Amino acid sequence: MGVAALPAITMLPRLSFADVPATSAINTTGLAVTDTEVTVGILHSVTGTMAISETGSVEAEKLAIEQINAGGGVLGRKIKFIQEDGASDWPTFAEKAKKLLVNDKCAAVMGCWTSASRKAVLPVFEQYNGMLYYPTFYEGLEQSKNVIYTGQEATQQIIAGLDWVNKTKGAKTFYLLGSDYIWPRTSNKIARKHIEGHLQGAKVVGEEYFPLGSTQFNSVINKIKLTKPDVIYAIIVGGSNVAFYKQLKAAGIDLSKQTLLTISVTEDEIDGIGGENIAGAYACMKYFQSLDNPNNKAFVPAFKKMWGEKTVIGDVTQAAYLGPWLWKLTAEKAGSFDIDKIAAASPGVEFKGAPEGYVRIHENHHLWSKTRVGKAKADGQYELIYETADLVEPDPFPKGYQ
Amino acid sequence: MMFGDYSIGDLGAILAMQGFAGLILFSVYVLMALGLAIIFGQMGVINMAHGEFMILGAYVTWMTSNAFQHYLPSLFPGYFFVAMILAFIASGALGMLVEWGLIRHLYKRPLDTLLATWGLSLILQQAYRSVFGAREVGVELPDWMMGSAQARESIQIPINGMFVMGLTILITVVVAYVLFWSRWGRQVRAVVQNRVMAGAVGINTEKVDRYTFGLGCGIAGIAGSAFTMIGSTGPTAGQLYIVDTFLVVVFGGAASLLGTIASAFTISQTQSTLEFFLSGSMAKVITLLAIVAILMMRPQGLFALKVRK
Repeated sequence: MGVAALPAITMLPRLSFADVPATSAINTTGLAVTDTEVTVGILHSVTGTMAISETGSVEAEKLAIEQINAGGGVLGRKIKFIQEDGASDWPTFAEKAKKLLVNDKCAAVMGCWTSASRKAVLPVFEQYNGMLYYPTFYEGLEQSKNVIYTGQEATQQIIAGLDWVNKTKGAKTFYLLGSDYIWPRTSNKIARKHIEGHLQGAKVVGEEYFPLGSTQFNSVINKIKLTKPDVIYAIIVGGSNVAFYKQLKAAGIDLSKQTLLTISVTEDEIDGIGGENIAGAYACMKYFQSLDNPNNKAFVPAFKKMWGEKTVIGDVTQAAYLGPWLWKLTAEKAGSFDIDKIAAASPGVEFKGAPEGYVRIHENHHLWSKTRVGKAKADGQYELIYETADLVEPDPFPKGYQ
Repeated sequence: MMFGDYSIGDLGAILAMQGFAGLILFSVYVLMALGLAIIFGQMGVINMAHGEFMILGAYVTWMTSNAFQHYLPSLFPGYFFVAMILAFIASGALGMLVEWGLIRHLYKRPLDTLLATWGLSLILQQAYRSVFGAREVGVELPDWMMGSAQARESIQIPINGMFVMGLTILITVVVAYVLFWSRWGRQVRAVVQNRVMAGAVGINTEKVDRYTFGLGCGIAGIAGSAFTMIGSTGPTAGQLYIVDTFLVVVFGGAASLLGTIASAFTISQTQSTLEFFLSGSMAKVITLLAIVAILMMRPQGLFALKVRK
């Protein structure tokens, strides 16, 4: 038996020394690849305002890199990462991106969170031909050879959720709210077009934006009380989120009776808001920590083991975890670390081990993914209520929604 | 017209609730500006780290809440009062330390205090991040403080808003008493009016400065503690309040407590009325424009102390 088992062991997909492809063959453009190591960059804010949000992404990327290394690395090489701090400042992001590409010759960079930081580094990645894996759900209207968008673009996140609330709750009137910057405004524009153009008899009864960092929502809450919408559609971010939900509750709006749908509150944000203040609200995104599938059942404990029992995992954190894995799978498909080959090989790459279930890269460098609706519970977790039957196609330039 | 379809009863209820929304905003503004007004008005120091002193109060509240949940769950409903006292002590103590270590060396260089306190705010933010983590923390409130009071069938008044209102009145009265009727208050005002002369008649001006700065920071701590009810608690949450705070103080006229109150009232009522009829962002823009226009005509603010220069 012992002898018979031997061939099976040698058949394991572990690359022996002889199988490791020569560095000269897989790296023709002078990236930081040695016979044993390949260098990637991590570029997020760990200081400044955005550290609140980006910390989770850094943690997820480090976990993915560690797991990939434990499994033998990429093309026989261990991943070494260089972490730079964008410091919540967009010019700093651009400068650090240049450093990672030009000085460190990173084969890929996992990074950015806000659209502003992505817009700041995009010309750098295009000029110096780098590869960026961007984790946040965002407004769309962008596509680049040099970026893989691992979060959902706006139509993926919005349309399925609106259809769901219209169908199951019979919602006809919507009150749109948002923080005043590009993502909430573009998203609400798509939402409005969908509500007015595609949902029978539905209408928008109010649309309002608040400066980033607003902490007073009593006036708009009164307006909501006056207009009595079927659905409050909220895309409020950052510290404003906490103020909004606390004041909503204090004003006597009971989320078990008033439907509220948000696309901006992940488990991360609930930590600050307090589960008891948001229980009953619905969120529409692609991942919840409570998802019941084998991949997620392995991912959540691994994440908690590395970063502590109390950490929570939100949608963007999961999307950040996909970055290193998708890059690894793409490099193996391409048989090379060269940026041009990675970019060309990306469409069609599928990751079956994704905590959200399964994802595949589209020709437009966004991901096919399912959209899900969760209901917030008092313990800060979401309970899965609905998921789309099929993967939703990413459509960063949606016709009829611009 | 937006009121077309609504009944008189509905409109009346909204009007009442909107009135309260304005009053709550007023109390919030007064509470957050009071500490800054004392420091700016009495000492001429522009404390850019004001928001961070508030957040220290918020973190103290969070820690107190955790401690009560752990060790004294039966007393949890009342923990908030203990938390506010601790927040006052913590922020006040840090304030006095900062005055001793930093501010007192810069009294003759007002622009440098601006820079120094701004640097301090960055240091404190990063310190909070290192100690408490980059993510926001959720401060759990006792049940009685959440929810709303039902004044009439369709009128709900947020309890935490009323709590802030009560607190603001209490603190304003105490501060007014301390500044205008106590012996220490007379010393403070003497130092403001003529530092050299005050020193000559035997007032320990250094000590007065230290306690004044401590008092201002301590009140910021209480404000931060109270704002855990309505806002977020994170390393940079102090920045959310700082702009509005400066607006209130500068608009009111730096040296006047009454000015601060009048300016908080004007700004909050304008803001909340405009927010109701326009949208949030537009309301802010118009409020700011109005303030800029008024300050152009009256650079000293609404109320100014007459001092012989």
